[in-house]
Amino acid sequence: MHPVTTIHYLVLSAALLLIGTVGVLTRRNVVIILMSIELILNAVNINLIAFSHAWKNINGQVFAIFVITDAVAEAAVGLGILIALFRNKETVLADEIDLLKW
Amino acid sequence: MMLVFGRLLDPQPVSQVAIAPGVEPIYEHGHGHDHDHHHDHGHTHSHDHDHTHDHDHDHGDGHHHHGSPLKTLIKFLCPGMILASFLLSVGAVWQLSSQPERTKQLIQFTWIAGLPFHMANGQLATFSIDWGFLLDPLSSVMILVITGIGFLIHVYSTGYMDHDNGFYRFFGYLNLFVFFMLMLVLANNYALLFVGWEGVGLCSYLLIGFYFQKKSAGDAGKKAFIVNRVGDAGFIIGMFLMMSVLGTLRFTDVNAVLRSGQFAPEVAGFGVLSIMSLAMFFGATGKSAQIPLYVWLPDAMEGPTPVSALIHAATMVTAGVYMIARSSALYQLTPHTLNIVATVGALTALLAATIALVQNDIKRVLAYSTVSQLGYMFLALGVGAYWVAVFHLFTHAFFKALLFLCSGSVIHAMGGEQDMRHMGGLKNKIPITHWTMWVGSVAIAGIPGLAGFFSKDEILWQAYSSPGGSKLLYAIGLGTAAMTAFYMWRLMNLTFYGKSRVKPEVEAHIHESPLSMTVPLMLLAVGSVFAGWLGTPKLWNLGENFRRFEVWLEPSFASAAVEAAKEGEHGASLEWILMGVSVFIAILAIMVARYFYHRKPEIPDSIEKSLKPLHGLLYNKWYVDELYDFLFVDGLSKGGGRLLGSFDRNVVDGGVNGAGWLTRFSAVVAAWWDTWIVDGAVRFSSFFVKMLSYPACILQTGRVQAYALFMVVGALAFLGYYMAH
Repeated sequence: MHPVTTIHYLVLSAALLLIGTVGVLTRRNVVIILMSIELILNAVNINLIAFSHAWKNINGQVFAIFVITDAVAEAAVGLGILIALFRNKETVLADEIDLLKW
Repeated sequence: MMLVFGRLLDPQPVSQVAIAPGVEPIYEHGHGHDHDHHHDHGHTHSHDHDHTHDHDHDHGDGHHHHGSPLKTLIKFLCPGMILASFLLSVGAVWQLSSQPERTKQLIQFTWIAGLPFHMANGQLATFSIDWGFLLDPLSSVMILVITGIGFLIHVYSTGYMDHDNGFYRFFGYLNLFVFFMLMLVLANNYALLFVGWEGVGLCSYLLIGFYFQKKSAGDAGKKAFIVNRVGDAGFIIGMFLMMSVLGTLRFTDVNAVLRSGQFAPEVAGFGVLSIMSLAMFFGATGKSAQIPLYVWLPDAMEGPTPVSALIHAATMVTAGVYMIARSSALYQLTPHTLNIVATVGALTALLAATIALVQNDIKRVLAYSTVSQLGYMFLALGVGAYWVAVFHLFTHAFFKALLFLCSGSVIHAMGGEQDMRHMGGLKNKIPITHWTMWVGSVAIAGIPGLAGFFSKDEILWQAYSSPGGSKLLYAIGLGTAAMTAFYMWRLMNLTFYGKSRVKPEVEAHIHESPLSMTVPLMLLAVGSVFAGWLGTPKLWNLGENFRRFEVWLEPSFASAAVEAAKEGEHGASLEWILMGVSVFIAILAIMVARYFYHRKPEIPDSIEKSLKPLHGLLYNKWYVDELYDFLFVDGLSKGGGRLLGSFDRNVVDGGVNGAGWLTRFSAVVAAWWDTWIVDGAVRFSSFFVKMLSYPACILQTGRVQAYALFMVVGALAFLGYYMAH
């Protein structure tokens, strides 16, 4: 049985980041996009925890708590925007919302 | 009802209330004939009365308003001001007489400071006009006449205007007049003189139209104002010419330049100086009522009689004489203008005298007499005898003011009657008026010993003997003198002697005027007797004291040419003969007038009948008013109005419309330019930028995921680049 080393965490984190990024770029539903963003943030959290453990430094874990807090706030704001969008545009599909251009 | 009407018409009471809250508006007119009989003190309220002002003194039924403190104050204040001016004038002249150079100039400040300009001869001069005053022998004579006689007339007015509605207004105007008149004669340059000149014109207008409810009075005021403006245009042109040719308007500088010999006398023809002097003379004909602008003065008799005496006999109308005497240095260089002045003066004297022969209105006779006497003054000016003109101005001020005030006293006594056909036999009823008027008539007729004789005889002698004079001018002057004596005695006979033709209802009220009126009459009568002794003929050899006037004025007219003019090359015997002739002819005229109008009143009537056309011609004043109406009022204003109207429509309006069209056309051009050139440039530049930005626009889809993709691609590119190196 191989011990779980830092590199495993990094691979997991990279996988989560890749899944999240692909989700953000490819899925049309804003809810899914928000969920994908959560994946990206959690990939970052895993990275932080892994290096905190490896280097015996508590700062990484503290920073991870901050990121979770940030993710919550971001989810709240994001869902609020989503509801406002739905009220106005009757849609939750990101490619149907293209006002932000010239 | 008339009361209400009057209130609507006359704004006076409002101002009275405004001046003194305690004074109740008065609605009554003087009826001088009863203030000796029943005084109604206490009655301060208005009464119904005739408001139409048939004459300059309305004698309706009314009650007097005595004892108003403001009125009493004004009665003392206004004449007191003039008395103070007179005393100050006497003091100033006294001081002046002790100065060797006999001239005092006081420059207060620069009134109009301007830029340098090129004069007509190309020299550089500075356009600058002082606010300054000049007292010299000439102006000292004028200020003494203005304030001295002005004071007496003010005192007279306190009695004459006592019951008049516009008492306060009247004294306001009268004092303002004296102010402007003093400004006129004390100014040290033509521009400031012109300020006074216009100011007295304004006061004259206001006082002629004093009874403005009466249409004829308003019309007379406007006529005087407009006719004077015509003359003023000439005066202004003269001033402009003077500024451009001489570079200054200050009397002392103008005289210095003109006497320096820089300009030769314009003997050969009309030069610029001649035009200048002629233009100024034209101004004088307006102010001093000479042909062709004399027509306003007879109508000016619509004003109250003291005004006729002060403004339209003694002072304002002599402003033109003063102005030309003041410009003697200029006129000496322009003999042709002087000839015109003399001719115009002589013709005016003759024309006015002929009209005065047949007029029935007592004041109109005196008005034409004034025009005639002013003509004498211009005759004297025209033959270069400036001091004689001023001397006649001086003596005339006394006896003509006296005559006017006496006529006012007669009118006052008669309850407003001015028609001599309804007078007669007043001699014993108003004795003081009669005797003072008798003195005035003798004085103007030219009987030796009284004022008029000395000045008139000197004018006639100068008209005969001086280089500018001629036998014709003398003959006209002599004929005028005869007519003067005749019409004055016609006036005296019709008014004071013979049987009474007074209407019975007026007869009962005839009374002598109050002291405030008769005392000035007596003082002026004394002046009419003695004023002439200041200028006795050289021939009489009475010594310098009796020729003081000429000696005193010497410095003002100091000029070689004037010296030459004075020394006629005629013998003493001739002068005696001419003097005798003029006295004889005056006495003869008086006798004839007395015979005609006292002994045999039917003779003038039969003459009138047999010479109907001539009488009509004279009675209607040679139809000059009608001619002017035809030529200028109707001809120019109506016929000329049409001409000017079409000129307006075609040329002026055409110009305006053309300018409008031009503006619109240029606006069209500008709009095209704006749309296609200016806007085009702006639009093209924005189009160009847009074209350039097109590729960038393709990237900006507005879809958030596209942006996220760019971010990822960018991040990967950086990462790849970093890892590759």
